[in-house]
This record gives sequence, structure tokens and C-alpha cells, in this order.
Amino acid sequence: MNDRLTVAMPKGRIFDEAVELLRKADYQLPPEFEDTRKLIIELEHEPLRFILSKPMDVPTYVEYGVADIGIAGKDVMMEEERDVYELLDLQISACHLAVAGLPNTEMSKVAPKIASKYPNIASQYFREQGEQVEIIKLNGSIELAPMIGLADRIVDIVSTGQTLRENGLVEYATIKKVTSRLIANPVSYRLHEREITDMVARLRNVLNVHA
Amino acid sequence: MPNLFMFEKPIGMRDTLPDLFRLKESVRSRMAKETKLYGYRFLDTPSLEFYETVGQVSAIKDQQLFKLLDKEGHSLVLRPDMTAPIARVASSHLLKEGNPLRMAYSANVFRAQEKEGGRLAEFEQFGVEMIGDKTLSADAEVVTLLTSVLQAAGLSHYHITIGHIAFVHEVLRHYGGTEERAGVMRRYLFEKNYVGYREYVVELNLPESSQQILNKLPELKGNEEVLDLALELTEQNVGSTALRELKELAHMLKKAGNNSHLSFDLTLVSHMDYYTGILFEVLGDHVGFPLGNGGRYNELYRNFGQDAPATGFGLRLDRIIEAIGAVDAEEPPLCVIYNEAGQFAAMEKAAALRAEGKAVVTQNIDGIAEPDTFTKNFTNILYMLGANGLGEES
Repeated sequence: MNDRLTVAMPKGRIFDEAVELLRKADYQLPPEFEDTRKLIIELEHEPLRFILSKPMDVPTYVEYGVADIGIAGKDVMMEEERDVYELLDLQISACHLAVAGLPNTEMSKVAPKIASKYPNIASQYFREQGEQVEIIKLNGSIELAPMIGLADRIVDIVSTGQTLRENGLVEYATIKKVTSRLIANPVSYRLHEREITDMVARLRNVLNVHA
Repeated sequence: MPNLFMFEKPIGMRDTLPDLFRLKESVRSRMAKETKLYGYRFLDTPSLEFYETVGQVSAIKDQQLFKLLDKEGHSLVLRPDMTAPIARVASSHLLKEGNPLRMAYSANVFRAQEKEGGRLAEFEQFGVEMIGDKTLSADAEVVTLLTSVLQAAGLSHYHITIGHIAFVHEVLRHYGGTEERAGVMRRYLFEKNYVGYREYVVELNLPESSQQILNKLPELKGNEEVLDLALELTEQNVGSTALRELKELAHMLKKAGNNSHLSFDLTLVSHMDYYTGILFEVLGDHVGFPLGNGGRYNELYRNFGQDAPATGFGLRLDRIIEAIGAVDAEEPPLCVIYNEAGQFAAMEKAAALRAEGKAVVTQNIDGIAEPDTFTKNFTNILYMLGANGLGEES
């Protein structure tokens, strides 16, 4: 077996902050790490290998064990419900999951429609509220849906709220605060316990949280 | 039949083609041979069981059961595991005297899934049940047998993690304060969500010392030393019986000479509310999912009107084969190709060879569509063509 730990990293928003955090924890990442277009990066001075994937796919790679550990947003964890260890709150990329819509509107009484990139989270949230809704899955620019009448509400992540404001939408409810998490495959977590525990300890040190 | 479905199978169903079939058969027979050496006896039960009995007591979640109705309207399930059916059989036929029973099985079980590839809805499970013995020796025997079976299967790299559900229960209840809080924490541990677990512990506003112990709990994993660490950490009488059991088990396994693949995890919470004592998980290299699990379940038999403590393990054959990896090539059988004139001589020859235990394919040359591709499947071919029946081997 490859003795390197394989780490699944989310491309995009979380990536830069995650790289910064790893550097602070004294992982020797190459300077061009952020700019490469490679999907697999082997480190020379560390027994680590990184794979770069879509944020939504990180828990999948980790659950199947092709990546030993990964960095994934809590939003993705809630949506995907994968069987992985959630080891550490990395406290990066803070945002929250929210219900939003056009101001001063009521949801349709007959069949309220909710558009979201997170169909599972959305349907679970509204079920808990005792509301029967129909979910429409979208893959991006969710804000469009209420503006052109596809849905009554949207469920999406909000960080500054600027996109909502610029499109004339308001927040109706907060579902959950979201930060990124360090996750691990259950088998890897046992077979590579020492390396993974070491990583958790180093990151925890940087984050200044105590066990 | 619409063309679309001609070659398709329902989600999670797989064909076992000849090469895999052979591998499965050889792995299974090696594992079974080892199991029989410990005096365990194999049995089989029906694929269909009543939902009200076996379906409900099994450890598998309701939405993972394949359910159907029989003519009278009874709900049936395709058996999701073998432990519950064996409990049913043992309670009705075998457990009359209440003495220890050693049972083994290798059978297909069914678990509905709609997620994606790589998750089988039907797979073969190999396992044993040691019924009616409450002693720690029974737990040790099952773990010892487990390691023997894994070795017999041909696995060199595997790992068994052992925990104790009573330890988790007692620590969470004592330091969390209430049964309800303990339940919440246990669910977080079950979901492997340490972040959620720690947040919840902070939320509870417990005394500093309790909080510290609860926070340390997820770190109690590793080799035998964690048992001592746990003893030091917790107060007397909190989980100490469980820890003593684990220590004694470790001692017994060490004496039996197989503790190199073992470790302990005091947060191990497998199926909720199913295991009642020592429990364990089996892991292998190259496979991202556990190969199997097992443990003590002393309450299950009450559902069938018996008071029988029991312990056992179940292994997934598909994952064991994945962990073994390489498929050893099989020697193809001898192929005898004959024509009409050589037929009787060919049959005679084949019968003689088969009597010696050699595999022989006999093939009429007129039945071959493409001789070049057909003969590629064999390394030894005997042609028995012509009136005199003399063969030439190539």
C-alpha cells in the first residue's frame, strides 16, 4: 500500500484558506501549489498526496477510501450524509445555510417550491418545520429562481449576504452555521491513526483549541 | 421486453462471472474449513422471513429492508442478515437444553440501497454465532476464530478493533448526567461526528472535570495501554467492569498468540442498541469499508422467548476478496476436439481422464463457430479427428 496519506482538497472558495492553514501547521507545501492545474499533487518533503476535487465530491472520495482524509464544508457533509469521521472544525470559510426569497412574500399555500443546490438539506429542514414543499434542484445561481418565479424560496449558503442584497432577496431563516471540517475515512482513520492524529494535533494547535 | 432492460440488473445487484465465482468458492471453502476445525456447524435458512419477527429484530435499518407481501397479506423481508434468522431457528429447534451452540453460515443477505455504484444490495456474508455462553472465553474464542478465518482466507494485512459498549454507555451517562444526554452523545459517536460531539459537550455546561473526561473519550484508542489510560481517567466503578473485561480478553488473546492485529477503541459504537458488551470491527488494506464486524448481543434472543447470551461475527466475502486482491490464474481444462468419426474414441478418452480427476472439455468440431478464437481459451488441445480415432496433441 502507498504509505502516503491522500488528502482530498476542495477547489475554489475553501482551497486558499485550507492551504494557508496547512502551511501554518508546518506542512511544506510547494509555492506553486495554488496555481497548478494538476489534479493530483505529490509532496516531496512530506508523505502526503493531494487530490483536487469539486467541494461537493470530497466526502465521496473519502467515504470510498480513495482519499484518506479531506477538507469539506459542513454544508456538503449535511447534504451528502457520508459515513466518514468528522474530526475537527477548521473554522475556515465561515458562512451559513439560509432560507431566502423575495421580500414580503408568502410561500404558496398549494405547493410551495424550494430551489436549492442542497435538495436533502432543504427537504429535511422544511419537513422539520412541518411544511410540505417541492424541491427543485439547481446547480448554481440559485438566486435566480425566486426572481423569475421558479420557486418561492431558496436554500443556499450565505457568507456576506451581498449576492442576496444585489438581487433584491432577503433572508427568512438561518438553518445552520457552516465551517469547513477535517474528515477521515473510517478505515484509514484506524490504519493510519498515528499520521492522522498528528495532523489533527498540528491543526488544532494552529486553531488554538484544546482537546 | 423493452430492449433497455435486456442486460440491466436492479440497483446493487451483480453477476458473479466464472473467474470471480471460482475465487469466491476457494476463499469460502478455506474459511469454512477453518471454521469447522473449531467445531462450528454450518446451516442455512430461507431467504424470505416475516417482517414482524426477523425483519424487526435485525440490526439493519427499516428503510434498508426489501419488503414484499405474501398471498395472505403478511409482510415479508428478504433476510438482511443471518444473525436474526439463526436466532429464530436456534430458539425454536436447537436451544432446548440451553447449552452452548456453535453455528456458522455463508449466505447471501439483502440490503436495499439507492445511492450509487459500489454498494451491493445483495452480498454473501460469512459468519459464526456462539450462542448460550456468557463467559468471556466465548468472546475470546470468537475473536480467535475470526483471526484464523481471516488468515485462512489469505489476508495478510487486516486489523481488528475492539471496544465495549458498556464502557461508552456508563461514561456518557455518568459524566453527562442524564440518560437523554448520553443518548445524544452516543449518536454523535455512532455518526463519527467528533466535532458535533465536542460542541455538544461544551453546550452542556458541565463541571470542568466531567467536560475534560468526555473530551478525552474520543482519544481512547490504540493498543492495550489505552485500557490503563481509561482506568486512570475515569472514577472507580464507571465503566470499570467493561475495562476489566477488555483487559482480560486482551490477556486471553495474547496467550492464544494472536494479538498482533488487534487494537482497542473505547468509542466504538456499532449498530445502536444491538450489541450489549464487547464488540469489534474488521478492517483490511485497500478497502475503504470495514470487512465485517461482530460482538456480543445478549438481548436479541429475548425476542424469541429465550434468554440466551450470544456473540459472533459476520464478514463480507466481496470485501475480503477485494482485500486479497490478485486472482491466481486457473489452469484451463484439456480440450478434446473431435469429428463424427472420432467421437466415440474422444468420449472414451475423456471419461478415462475425468476418472483420474482431470477436467476435460469435449467439443465437436462442427459446433465451433470460429476455431481460431475458440482454441485460444485452452493451452492443451487434443484433436481426435478421422476414422482411426488417433489423436494428435497440440
